[in-house]
Parts: sequence; structure tokens; C-alpha cells
Amino acid sequence: MFTYLLRRLGVAVLVALTVSLITFSMIYLSGDPAVALAGEAATEEDIESIRTYYGYDRPILVQYGDWLFKALQGDFGQSHYLKQPVALVIFERLPTTMMLGLCALVFALVLSIPLGVLAAIRPNSLIDRTALTIAVIGQAMPSFWFALTLMLWLGIIWRLLPITGSDSWANFVMPSIALGYYITPAAMRLTRAGMLEVLSADYIRTARAKGLRPVTVLFKHALRNAILPVISLAAVQFGFMLGGSIVIETIFAINGLGFLAWESIQRADLPMMQAIVLVLSVFYILLTLLADMLNAWLDPRIRVA
Amino acid sequence: MASERILEVEGLSVAIPTPSGMLHPVQNVGFHVDRGETVAIVGESGCGKSLTSLAIMDLLPLRATRSADRLVLDNTDMLRIGERQMSDIRGNRMSMIFQEPMTSLNPAYTIGDQLTEGPRRHGQSGMSEARDRAVWLLEKVGITAAANRLRQYPHQLSGGLRQRVMIAMALMCGPDLIIADEPTTALDVTIQAQILHLLAELQREFHTGLILITHDLGVVARVADRVAVMYAGQIVEEGSAHRIFTTPSHPYTRGLLDCIPIPGKTARGSHLGSIPGIVPSLIGEMPGCHFAERCRHATGRCTSRPVDLGDGLEPDHRVRCVFSPEELQP
Ligand SMILES: Nc1ncnc2c1ncn2[C@@H]1O[C@H](COP(=O)(O)OP(=O)(O)OP(=O)(O)O)[C@@H](O)[C@H]1O
Ligand code: SF4
Ligand SMILES: [Mg+2]
Repeated sequence: MFTYLLRRLGVAVLVALTVSLITFSMIYLSGDPAVALAGEAATEEDIESIRTYYGYDRPILVQYGDWLFKALQGDFGQSHYLKQPVALVIFERLPTTMMLGLCALVFALVLSIPLGVLAAIRPNSLIDRTALTIAVIGQAMPSFWFALTLMLWLGIIWRLLPITGSDSWANFVMPSIALGYYITPAAMRLTRAGMLEVLSADYIRTARAKGLRPVTVLFKHALRNAILPVISLAAVQFGFMLGGSIVIETIFAINGLGFLAWESIQRADLPMMQAIVLVLSVFYILLTLLADMLNAWLDPRIRVA
Repeated sequence: MASERILEVEGLSVAIPTPSGMLHPVQNVGFHVDRGETVAIVGESGCGKSLTSLAIMDLLPLRATRSADRLVLDNTDMLRIGERQMSDIRGNRMSMIFQEPMTSLNPAYTIGDQLTEGPRRHGQSGMSEARDRAVWLLEKVGITAAANRLRQYPHQLSGGLRQRVMIAMALMCGPDLIIADEPTTALDVTIQAQILHLLAELQREFHTGLILITHDLGVVARVADRVAVMYAGQIVEEGSAHRIFTTPSHPYTRGLLDCIPIPGKTARGSHLGSIPGIVPSLIGEMPGCHFAERCRHATGRCTSRPVDLGDGLEPDHRVRCVFSPEELQP
């Protein structure tokens, strides 16, 4: 287990470094950053002074090292637009996005795991086919369209929930559904497939031969083994959802990181975008690492090797 | 001492729908087991031994249907009780050891957890009592450092050890009947006989009924009280082990025993003798003797109508053949 963890951790660090390098080079993707910053009316001297002021005249590797070193200390520089430390702004917005992601994940799992289990107990039954239909529709439906539909019915026609803002829990209901619904189909099908496979395993027959109650057989013996891939999926999808929250937060005007990203793109606020991408990526890496560790811990064949 | 009937099976049949028609892998099987008795079921691969035992446990695959005239476990009519009461019996009064020790234990739980589950479910004992019994039984089945094993996971044990755990598990609730379905087929040849002898020993010690399904005729000859020979879904001969091994009557039984006829002289690990020809398909109805295609004595009478399991050479001996047992003796 220990060597496994160490190896896994090493990989995670390498991936994080690669991501940071890519993120860093974002500045140069859109051309000379000094020119972009200086604006159209700038003279050659203005550009030159901006270049020295921001340190863009130094060798690239030095710039990267400097940037990374500061980023590791939580210093992402100043926002070009807000004239505030980037880290501070992100720190303010991050909890909202995490909250949204978590609510969406909980919604997705609470819906998909029981449905997947039901579908697996009675394959090809009405429940199974209904669940499959939901899954297919879910995967085919663009999330922004689904979000707008929700908004239309729940918010405007029935007036059940507030449409925009992020002040109360009620504001989170629709965005969570819209965001979480996106991963429900995959989680459900994975649960179903896992359960189907596990239910025909020999140890399930052993459990039944012991006279255990159906609930015990289903949840203790079957689901425990079928759920492992769902956990990995949930972690990976949680990362994707943070990305997806750009769309959802923008639609529902939720004051989170996704909305901030959207704003920063419009303002060409490079340090801010860089920091958001880096934070989300590192978070994603941490999540997959966590999922692997959780899986290893749940699977004695890895834990007690 | 009057023998006490533990299990009575009459007219047990299993049907499984397949794309090419209804499969009848078990047809009208009947036998009985007394307390403290070992009944061996032998027969070629695919003759319906596993499905017979699963049908008794009511653990058949979903699509399979079971029918029987009589299925009684020690005064409980198993045809009349619901799934709930049936699950009260499973693992409690009747337990089963499976063919595949490597996959029959749940990889996610410790040996201790899986051993104590049965007694806890059947309300026989609390956790600590169940653990004590688990340790005691693990020692009985020859596992050293038993207390430490309880904390181990299945993947940390070899196949042989896992099957010993399965045997201990079958004994946890002190059942009246144990069904052991080829408990050693998946194991290393060197420990097959060991495990079978262990099983026979425990069966004697705990005085349970034992249905032993195996290919190992050598062990059958040593440990079985009675033997049922199955061929293509039917019992073709049934009788005391002594009768079957000394004067086998049915041509199929004789074919099986050709190379290993005498108990005591039979080599360990001897397998069923091979008889030329192939087993008939069990899809749809089949008139006449199932063995006719491979039988040297086959006549027109054999295939025209169903052949019943008729009286044999002694009261508890039955043979399914148009010829009388006397006629069949060489
Ligand atoms: N779930 C199933 N669906 C369809 N056919 C099945 C199923 N299970 C078993 N059979 C068929 O029923 C017949 C009897 O199977 P069974 O497993 O009882 O044989 P067996 O005597 O235990 O053989 P072995 O010695 O190989 O274990 C076989 O021909 C097998 O192919
Ligand atoms: S009934 Fe006929 S074919 Fe069948 S075993 Fe007897 S002699 Fe052979
Ligand atoms: Mg079998």
C-alpha cells in the first residue's frame, strides 16, 4: 500500500508540474503579453517599460521558475483588471464553486446509484428501460439547454425557485441539478454494469447460500464491490463538473470560480485565467489521487498487499 | 440405532429455457440422505450434478425452473415454504460448499467477517461467540494461527486454504446436511484427497448428512455410504457404496468403474473411466434410455419408451435399465 501511494503521489506531482508549465505558457499563446497589456495606443517605449515592469524580458525558464515559486506560495500576482491580488479574488469565489460541485455530485449519486442498482436487479424490466431512457436523454442533452429548460419551468412558469444569484441555498438547487444531471447517466450505467457483473459472482451465491437477507446480499456483498469504479468516475467527473460550472454559473449568475473565469476571459485578465486554470487542474489532480487512494483503501487486494 | 432421514428428494426436475429449446438438465431425480450418512453423486461433467444441488438449495439461476414431487429436509417440506423461510434454512440447517474456492469468498471482507455472518444472521450467537466458533472450526479444518486468519482477506490465502475456510463456513451453524459440490476439482492434485478426507472426517465427527459430488472415485469408494450415479440428467443407478463398487449393474456404472473396481485397492485420485461416444443433448424430450447411443447392450427395447429406475439386487439398490440386474451381471 505504501509503495503504491508513493508511486501514485509521484505521478500526481509530475502531472501537476506539466499542467503548470502549460498554464504558464498561456501568456505567450496570445502573442507578446507586453503588447497585449499596453493596448493599441502604446508607443514602443511604453511596451518596453511594461515588459521590464512585469519581467517579460527575462529568459522564459526564469520567468516560469519565478511564477511557479510564487504560485506555490499562493501568490498569483495582480489581476490586470480588478487591480487586486488574484489569490484573494479566487479565494473568495472558490467556496461557492466547491459548494455547487458538491451539491451537484450528491444529487447525481443519490439519483444514479439507486437507479443503477434497481436496473441491475431486474435487467430489461420496466425500471431498467426507464433508467436507460433517462440515461440516453441525459447524455444527449446539452447542459446549457437543460439549465435553461429548468430555469424556464421551475423559475419562471412555476416560480418555485429563484432564477439567479447565489445568496441562499435555494439558489443552488437548479444549478446543482443542471450540473449534476450531466454525470448521472454515466454513474448510473456504471453502477448497473458493475452490479450486473458482481451479482453473478460466485461470492454472491455463497452469500445467498448462507441464508443472508436479500438486502445484506445486495448492499453489503454486491454494491460494495460494484461501487469501486463509480467512485473513480465520481472523482473524475467532479473535476469535469468544475469545468462545466463555467457554463452553469454563468447562466445562473452564481458568483463562483466559473463565473469569474467567464468574466476574466472577457476582460483578457491573463493572470486571473492562469490562476483559475491552475487551481482547477490541481484540484482535479488531487481528486483523482484521492479517488485512487479511496479505491485502494476500499479494495483489500490493494490495501493489504 | 434407527437411521434418521435428513433429506428426501423425489421427482426433482430442472428446466432452463435456451434459444434452441427447453433444456432438461435434471430429470426426475430422487434420493435420500440419512443423518450421519455420506451420499456420493458421481457422473461425467455436465450430467446435472451442480444443478441438482442448487435445486435442493433453491439457488438455481434466475431463468431455471424447478419442479419436484417431494423435497423434505428433516420434517420441513421445502416445496411449501416461501423464500424467506427457505433463507432461514440455508446456511443454517443445510449448507453448501462450492466448486470454485478462488471466487467463492467476497474479496472485500475479512475471513472472520464472512465466517461469522451466518450465525449472526440466523440468530445463533453474538459476535464474540461466533468468533470463538470460527477460530475453533478453522483449527478443526487444519488452519494454523486461526485467530490471526480471521483478520485476513481471501486474497491472502491459497486455494486450498480458502476451501478449508469454505468448509469451516459450512459448519458454522451446525447444519444437518452439507452439500459439497466437487469441493476439490479446482485445487492442486496433491491436496485434493486431503480436503476430501477432512470433509469425511468432519462429517463423521459432527454426524451430519453429506452429499458429496466428486469425480474422485477413489475417495468415493473410501468415504461414501451410498452412491448415486448420474448420466445425462438422470440417476441411472443408486445403491450402497459396497454394492456399486463390487457389483455395478448399469452398463454406464460398469463403464465408469472399469479400471477401478475394488474399494481399498483403488488408487487415489483415479478419475472416471472414459467411455466412447458423446452425451446426448438434453434439449426437448428424449424417449428411451439416455445411454443407448453408447451402450454395448442396447436393443430396440431401450429406445422405444422411457426406462424406469427399477429394483436392483437388494432393497436399497435401483437400476435404470431394461435388463434386470441379474441379467446385467457378467
Ligand atoms: N445457467 C445455465 N443456463 C443454461 N444451461 C446451463 C446452466 N447451468 C448449467 N447448464 C447446463 O446444464 C447441464 C448440467 O450442468 P451442471 O452444472 O449441473 O453439470 P455438472 O454435472 O455439475 O458438471 P461439472 O462436473 O462440470 O460441474 C450442462 O449441460 C450445462 O451446460
Ligand atoms: S436400457 Fe438399454 S441402452 Fe440403456 S443401459 Fe440398459 S441396455 Fe443399455
Ligand atoms: Mg458442477
